[in-house]
Amino acid sequence: MTAIGDNDRRLEKYRRMQRIRQFETKAETIHAAGEIPGALHTYAGMEASGVGACMALRDDDYMVGTHRSHGHPIAKGSTLRPLMAELLGKATGVCKGKGGSMHLSDFSMGSLGETSIVGSGGPVAAGAALGAKLQGLDRVALCFFGDGASSEGAIHEGMNLAAVWKLPAIFVCENNRFGMSTPTSSAVAGANVADRAHGYGIPGVIVDGQDVDAVEDAVREAVDRARAGKGPTLIETKTYRYSDHAVNMGRDLTPRGPEHEEWVGRDPIALYRARLVSDGVAEADLAAIENAIADEVADALSFARESAYPTFEEAFDHVFVERLPIPADVAAHANLGA
Amino acid sequence: MARITFLEAIYQAQAEELERDPAVFMMGEDIRCNVFGTTTGFVERFGEERIRDTPISENGFIGAAGGAAMVGMRPIVDATLSSFLYPAMDQICSIIAKSRYIYGGQARLPLVIRSCMFYGNSNAAQHSDRPYPMFMNMPGLKIIAPSDAADMKGLLKAAIRDDDPVMCFEDGTCWMNKAEVPDDPDFVVPIGKGDIKREGTDITVIAIAGGVNVALKAAKQLQGEGISVEVIDPRTLVPLDRELILKSVRKTGRAICVDPANRTCSAASEIAATIVEEAFDALRSPVVRITTPDTHLPFSPHIEKPLYPSVERIVDAARRLVGAVQYQSA
Repeated sequence: MTAIGDNDRRLEKYRRMQRIRQFETKAETIHAAGEIPGALHTYAGMEASGVGACMALRDDDYMVGTHRSHGHPIAKGSTLRPLMAELLGKATGVCKGKGGSMHLSDFSMGSLGETSIVGSGGPVAAGAALGAKLQGLDRVALCFFGDGASSEGAIHEGMNLAAVWKLPAIFVCENNRFGMSTPTSSAVAGANVADRAHGYGIPGVIVDGQDVDAVEDAVREAVDRARAGKGPTLIETKTYRYSDHAVNMGRDLTPRGPEHEEWVGRDPIALYRARLVSDGVAEADLAAIENAIADEVADALSFARESAYPTFEEAFDHVFVERLPIPADVAAHANLGA
Repeated sequence: MARITFLEAIYQAQAEELERDPAVFMMGEDIRCNVFGTTTGFVERFGEERIRDTPISENGFIGAAGGAAMVGMRPIVDATLSSFLYPAMDQICSIIAKSRYIYGGQARLPLVIRSCMFYGNSNAAQHSDRPYPMFMNMPGLKIIAPSDAADMKGLLKAAIRDDDPVMCFEDGTCWMNKAEVPDDPDFVVPIGKGDIKREGTDITVIAIAGGVNVALKAAKQLQGEGISVEVIDPRTLVPLDRELILKSVRKTGRAICVDPANRTCSAASEIAATIVEEAFDALRSPVVRITTPDTHLPFSPHIEKPLYPSVERIVDAARRLVGAVQYQSA
C-alpha cells in the first residue's frame, strides 16, 4: 500500500464505508427488481467493523470472511466492477459467476474466501497464519465471523490451534445482534463472545463496532501482537445489522424493538462523517467523495450489465485444476444459448 | 529396487517429498510418536516446524491444512483413522472440496489427507470404517486407495505433488504386504490410472484397496478350476479409470466388483453401474457386487470377519457367473 498521511487515511476509511453502503444500496434495489439472482445478505450498519479491521491490515495480509460478504472485500480495498459482476452472475465476476453474493472473495486482495458455512473460516485463517509462519513471512490472517458462528466448533478449533501454536491470526467476531433472526442473547451463552478468549489464554477485546477508529485501533494492536509472534487475539465488535438476514425475502424475519432506532441513530458512517467535520474536514470534500463513489457504483453496474454470462462449459471448470469432461447427454441438452 | 512393506512405502514417500520440496510439511495427531510408524524420526530429520503434532481437533487441523495450502504450502495431514474424518466433514466438504470452484479458480489447494482404514481387527464400528464412497460423492476431492507397496509409494508421491486436494485411504489389511518398489526418488504412479494385477479371460474382477489381495487369492483358486480371472485395481477412485475397466469387461463379458466398503452407494456400485451403462452389449451375465453388507462392524471377531468380501464369496460368485452352478439372485 502506498503511504498515506493521517488525513488521507481517515478519508480512505470514510471512502471505503461509503463504497460499501452505496454498493449495497444499489445491489438491494436491483435485487428487488429481479436483476440479481439468489439471496442477498447485506452488511449495512456494520461498515465500521469491516473497514476499521481491514485498515489495520497490509495489502498482503490474509483475510477470511463470511456469507455477508460484500463489505469485507471492499473494506480490504477491492474494486467494485468484479464484485458487481459477480452479483449478476457474470463471467467477469470476481468468482467468475460461481460464488455470487455470499462468496465475494477477491484473492488479489488477500482474501482466502468468504464462506457461507458460518464459522468454517476459522481453521482456514489459522492455516493461512501457519503458512505465513512456515514461509518466514510476517503476514497475518484475519478471520471475520458472526455471533452466530461463535457457537460453531470450527471457530473454536481454529482459535485453539492458533493459540497453541502462537500463530499470527486475528479473530474478529462481528456481533450484529442476530444469527439469522435469533437474538444473540438467546443463542450465545455468556455476556460477550470476547470473554471466551480467556479459555484459550489469548486477549479478548470488546470494541464499539460503530466507531471505525476504535475498531482500527483494537485490530492494529492485535496485528502488532500477531506479527511479533505473540499469537492470536479475539476481538468482538459490537455492531448492528439493519436489514433482515437476507433482503427482499418478503418476510419480516426480525422483530425489532426500540433498540432498532437507537442503533440506526448511531449509524457508523454518519458518526464518522460528523467526527471528520468537527475535526475540520470540509463538507464539500466529503460530498465529493460521496459523488465519486456514486459514479464508481454506476460504472460497476454498467460493467456488470455489459459483461457476458459464463459459458456452460465453465460449470465444469475449477472442480479440479484440470477441467472436468462434460457428459455427452448433459452437453446435448444444456441451454448453451443462455 | 527393494522389497518393502506398505507402511514402509508410506514412510519413504513422505520422507522423499519432504526432502524434495520445502513447501511440504506434515501435521496430525501424535505423528511425532506415530503408532503406525509412518513418520518415525521425522521430527529429528525435518524439525518441529515441519512435523507438527496437532490438538485432537480434526476439523481444525484439516481445515488449517486447507488454509496453509491456499497460501502456497503443501500439507500432508495424517488423520490417523478414516473414522476420524467425520468430525472434519465441514472443512473437507465445504472448504477443501469447494473453495477452488466457488471462488472461480482463485484458490488452489494442494494438500493430502491421509487416513487408515483400520478394519477387520475387532475395533468395533467407530474404528473400522471404509468411508471412501462418501467422499467419491463430493466433487473436488481426488481419492486414492492403493493395494500394494509400490502403488502406495508412487501414488502418495503423486498426491503430494498434485495441485488438487487428494484423500489417501490406506487399507490396514495391506500394511505388512511387501512388494518390489523402485528406489528412484521420482518414481510416481499417475493418479487416475488403474492397473491390471492379473490377466485373465473369463471374468473381470474389479477390486478396491484390500479387496485386491482377496481377489487375487480367489483368482488363483479359480484358475485351478479352469476359470481365468482378470483382476483390475483402479488404484484411484476419483478420477476413476473407467476405460481400463470397460476394456477388460468387453474382453471377458463378466464382471465382479469387490469392495470392502458398505454396499449401498459403494465404489462397487458406481463401477457396476458404469459397466451396465457402457458395456451392456458385452455382458454375458449380471454384474455382481461383493461388498460389506449395510451393517456396522461388530466387535466380536466371530461375527465381524464374515462380513467382509472373502475368497469364498468371490469364488462362489465366479462359479455362478460362468455357469458352473445355477445363477441365483442375491
